[in-house]
Amino acid sequence: MINGEETEFLADSRDSLLDALRERIGLTGAKEGCNNGNCGACAVIMDGRLVNSCCVLAAEVENCDITTIEGVATQDGLHPLQQAFLEEAALQCGICTPGFIMSSKALLEQNPDPSEHDIRFWLSGNLCRCTGYDKIIRAVQSAATKMRG
Amino acid sequence: MQDVRYAKASSVDEAIDLLNKGGVTARVLAGGTDIIVQARERRREVRLFVDIKSIPETQELKYDADGGLTVGAATPCYRIYNDENVKRLYPALIEAASVIGGVAIQGRASLGGNLCNSGPAADSVPAMIVLDGKATIAGPNGRRSVAIEDFNTGPGRNILEPGEFVVSLNFPSPAPNSGAAWQRFIPRNEMDIAVVNAGSYVRFDGNNVSAAKIAIGAVGPTVLMVPDAAAAIVGKPLTDETIKAAGEAAKNTARPIDDMRGTIKQRKHLSAVLVERTLREAAQRARGG
Amino acid sequence: MVASKEYKVIGTRPIRHDGTDKVTGRAQYGADIRLTGMLYARVKRSPHAHAIIKKIDASKALALPGVKAVITHQDFPRPPEGVGTSGEGAPQPWRFQVENFLANKKVLYRGHAVAAVAATDAHIAEDALALIDVEYEELPPVLDVREAMSENAPILHDDLRTKDTTPLATNNTDKPSNVAAHTQIKRGDLEKGFAEADVVIEREFTTTMYHQGYIEPHNGTAYWSKDGHLTVWNSSQSHFVFRNQLANVLQIPTARVTVVPLEIGGGFGGKLYMYLEPLAALLSKQTGKPVKMWMTREEVFEATGPTSGAYVRVKMGMKKDGTITAGEAYMAFEAGAYPGSPVGGGMNGIFAPYNIPNIQVDGYDVVLNKPKTAAYRAPGTPAGEFPGDAVINELCDQLNLDPMDVRINNAAHDDDERPMGGNWGVIGALQCMEAMKNHPHYQSELQGENRGRGVAMGYWGNAGGETTSSASVNADGTVNLVLGSIDIGGTRPALAMQLAETLGIRAEDVWPRVVDTDGVGFNLFTAGSRTAFAGGWAAYELGQQIRAKMVERAAKIWECKEDEVAYGDDGIIRGPKDGDGKDRQFTFKELCGQLGRTGGIIEVGANINKTSVGVSFAGHIVDVEVDKDTGKVKILRYTAVQDVGTAIHPSYVEGQIQGGVAQGIGMALTEEYHFGGDGRMQNASFLDYRMPTALDLPMIETVLIEVPNPGHPYGVRGVGEVPIVPPLAAVQQAVAEATGHRFNNLPITPASILEALYPEE
Repeated sequence: MINGEETEFLADSRDSLLDALRERIGLTGAKEGCNNGNCGACAVIMDGRLVNSCCVLAAEVENCDITTIEGVATQDGLHPLQQAFLEEAALQCGICTPGFIMSSKALLEQNPDPSEHDIRFWLSGNLCRCTGYDKIIRAVQSAATKMRG
Repeated sequence: MQDVRYAKASSVDEAIDLLNKGGVTARVLAGGTDIIVQARERRREVRLFVDIKSIPETQELKYDADGGLTVGAATPCYRIYNDENVKRLYPALIEAASVIGGVAIQGRASLGGNLCNSGPAADSVPAMIVLDGKATIAGPNGRRSVAIEDFNTGPGRNILEPGEFVVSLNFPSPAPNSGAAWQRFIPRNEMDIAVVNAGSYVRFDGNNVSAAKIAIGAVGPTVLMVPDAAAAIVGKPLTDETIKAAGEAAKNTARPIDDMRGTIKQRKHLSAVLVERTLREAAQRARGG
Repeated sequence: MVASKEYKVIGTRPIRHDGTDKVTGRAQYGADIRLTGMLYARVKRSPHAHAIIKKIDASKALALPGVKAVITHQDFPRPPEGVGTSGEGAPQPWRFQVENFLANKKVLYRGHAVAAVAATDAHIAEDALALIDVEYEELPPVLDVREAMSENAPILHDDLRTKDTTPLATNNTDKPSNVAAHTQIKRGDLEKGFAEADVVIEREFTTTMYHQGYIEPHNGTAYWSKDGHLTVWNSSQSHFVFRNQLANVLQIPTARVTVVPLEIGGGFGGKLYMYLEPLAALLSKQTGKPVKMWMTREEVFEATGPTSGAYVRVKMGMKKDGTITAGEAYMAFEAGAYPGSPVGGGMNGIFAPYNIPNIQVDGYDVVLNKPKTAAYRAPGTPAGEFPGDAVINELCDQLNLDPMDVRINNAAHDDDERPMGGNWGVIGALQCMEAMKNHPHYQSELQGENRGRGVAMGYWGNAGGETTSSASVNADGTVNLVLGSIDIGGTRPALAMQLAETLGIRAEDVWPRVVDTDGVGFNLFTAGSRTAFAGGWAAYELGQQIRAKMVERAAKIWECKEDEVAYGDDGIIRGPKDGDGKDRQFTFKELCGQLGRTGGIIEVGANINKTSVGVSFAGHIVDVEVDKDTGKVKILRYTAVQDVGTAIHPSYVEGQIQGGVAQGIGMALTEEYHFGGDGRMQNASFLDYRMPTALDLPMIETVLIEVPNPGHPYGVRGVGEVPIVPPLAAVQQAVAEATGHRFNNLPITPASILEALYPEE
């Protein structure tokens, strides 16, 4: 299942999940930044866990439940994290943003009240070259506060 | 990536069969965070991925006082560091497992994979060694158990024979008044390969150290044991002097190289620093701190 | 020019217009494009840093099922004679540019492109690379800038001669050299200046190559149709410059090339250059199909321009009262395989924040067997300005003077003479320094062991350049703004805001869109901190034109003279009283509703080409703590002060500053290129090319000083580049204070700190 929909696709045995998402299925929200697990731009949530889709083979995801950035907003609107990223200007070029939103979503599902250090530690696997991380951290803090109600 | 096939094994026997038939270019696929990248970058020739994650034994995570901690070879790090027993009884494992590669890597990467990749700087290995870990190996000739400190033989090489693979890892129940700790040094604060890493284990009998095990990584072709460091502290109280002597022993045992991640001098220096720091932490844990 | 400093839209923080697409994954970046029948292509690259190409045999590759075409340098038309621009900096011979797309007779760096292959699938294209046989005759490489300048260095280009424009040059046109150029800045009397000083210090500094590190690798997709029209989709910092270059290099008329800019995932100067687009174009021409290409991260490191590594020697003299009497610098910058390092940036920057009467700076542009360098955020200035501020800090230590007081006393003022000639206009150097000195960070006492504080200044000039833009007004009061400037960090909202301000309407009512090269006239690149400035000028012009036309329409409706109608800055159009003595006015929206019956919609265009009068100064303060056992440096606190002219959208201005700071910290502490003796970059991945992560940085406080640029209707100065300059010297000084050792070779790694602290080990 991808973003709540049963999906069937044909992939090359050499395809990573990232390759399959982008080139076979047409979900280009996950990005290729390094293709070796060092930048987080390809991060998706698989069976409830944050993973780098470049480090998962397409062949491995049979019967798995995958959420990509395209599945984060709902019919009712943007996820609080997405809204917070916009309000806090936590993106400049935006290429790392899908990965950061997936990572932050996974963080807040695990720890709804993270400290600044918790956030920085969790997000250390996502590289951003534009922002210096400041506004990203603030966006996560803001979203966390809203989501705690 | 070179042309490669994928097969999912649902039992130990099936995995052995696939590995045997696949020959030297068949590789076990657990978390995949090392092997998929190596295959893609053509640093290892892989023609068949044998996915073992569906074999129940490789996903175990259980503890009991007699059997100790059993960790399936493919059990991902995030399950290990979220486990209450591991947190309570094996904090050194948590220290290593929670910094391997970042959270997304830890969603897939396993201790078994970290061991079998046989990298000289593998983060979990010094911790697993000082906790007296053993690897349970299954193969065409049956099962065998190998102490983790005897598992790796060189960069990228280990004692596995054709058709063999690690099914699970076992760590004995911690003895009373014992403690272990693990640390590494990296240039940034996460995401780097260790310049040096170290694990220390101490056990007390009264005021004296009655047993100790110290291992240093990224300073030799495999993780190195430092029996001289243990000798420096065993049989007496643990003091600043004996800790310093242990550090010195680590420095003298280390056989590092100069490369883009560190210099020889730096690595020798850090061997001492990390052994001293992990000994203090281990001692604190042993004393119930 | 500016009616009032109380802006309605400028200075607010609206949500950016392209934001929702970017947070939902809908935004299309260069590599996201999918076209029917698309082929995938990869590049075959040289494993050697310096070699002659003897033979290329692609027959085995062409025989692989799925492979459709292979190209080499021979598939390019003969390069045009003469020079052409490629990114920022001096124009270079076309021949060099085409040789960097695909090597001709020699390969000059490991990773130099030699051939390209297109196939039906990306995996097959990759397989085909191993089947292209290239025979090389290896040559010894030269990998150190000073070695490259020496007598017996291996020569990269037999026809390269030193262009020496200095007064005492004896230009020897017969001798091939790796020194492409020697230039000099000079004023006053150095000898006299040093004689006046109480202390004179001379130091040597080195920095390595650093990569811009954008998370998105280079990409390009091309379709060469049967009627000879070339369409290219990519991420770049200037689709117009690429269009013109493609037309030149492939010899097609300019109007038959269309470049469609997709969103760009970071550039910082590095995407001002083409690498893949011409290859994709030729492969498409040969196969008749669209061809998509993107680089792996390893290719990005091995084959796309980093900024120059540099060797800089600085000598400065200071009096006991802190007056800087003289400054002398020798700078040798690595250009990489082809000439064109940003040594000029370093030369202009090193003494810029200060009014030093006697200076001389000699700069050398040197080729060597490393990838051709590319612009990287204030090109040349981090490496060039770092030594100047580092020596000033050391002089302050020696004379026991406060480093901010010294800077303030030597500050460059409005209209002072610039080091490179001409005069500063209105600048904010002194204001930045004073703000730093009075900031609570600087005023606070740094307590604790192994801690230190450092300050440093930075300078960067801004570019003007050609900008073309158009706008049209809709009946419901919304406005479409058509841009030709790529948006890499938030210029779409900044330009929409400037148009909205001019019209007295809301930013939300202006929809900015970056269009392809068919949709608007030529726009120079998004670089040089020029976009908010020049694009803003264009937006202002468009706004003025719309205002004039709205006045025309109102006059028509009210049947009065145009000079009786006034367009207020509040967006209300006011006219003469009517027959009954009542006030008459329209809101912008109301008058838009009348456009249809008064002549139709309003569409306006602007083509401007301003030479900028604004430059940017900045100053940073940093506190660090050093772990003396491991050599690890921790940034405790960081404050970045910058004169931004007028902050159009403060959030994006702050973001530019914070991003530049992070890159500067990376240059100072963790980033470097490790070259083996064979010329291979050993750390060509994000694992070992260590850019700061979220865990490596604290919150970065920004202080926006506004000294409006008189050369812009809203006072805009470029803000994007200067923030990368001060961190190097500021961090170096802080580490010096914390450890008692000065590290003049960047990056300051833990190993180098341990080496200094424990030399006897």
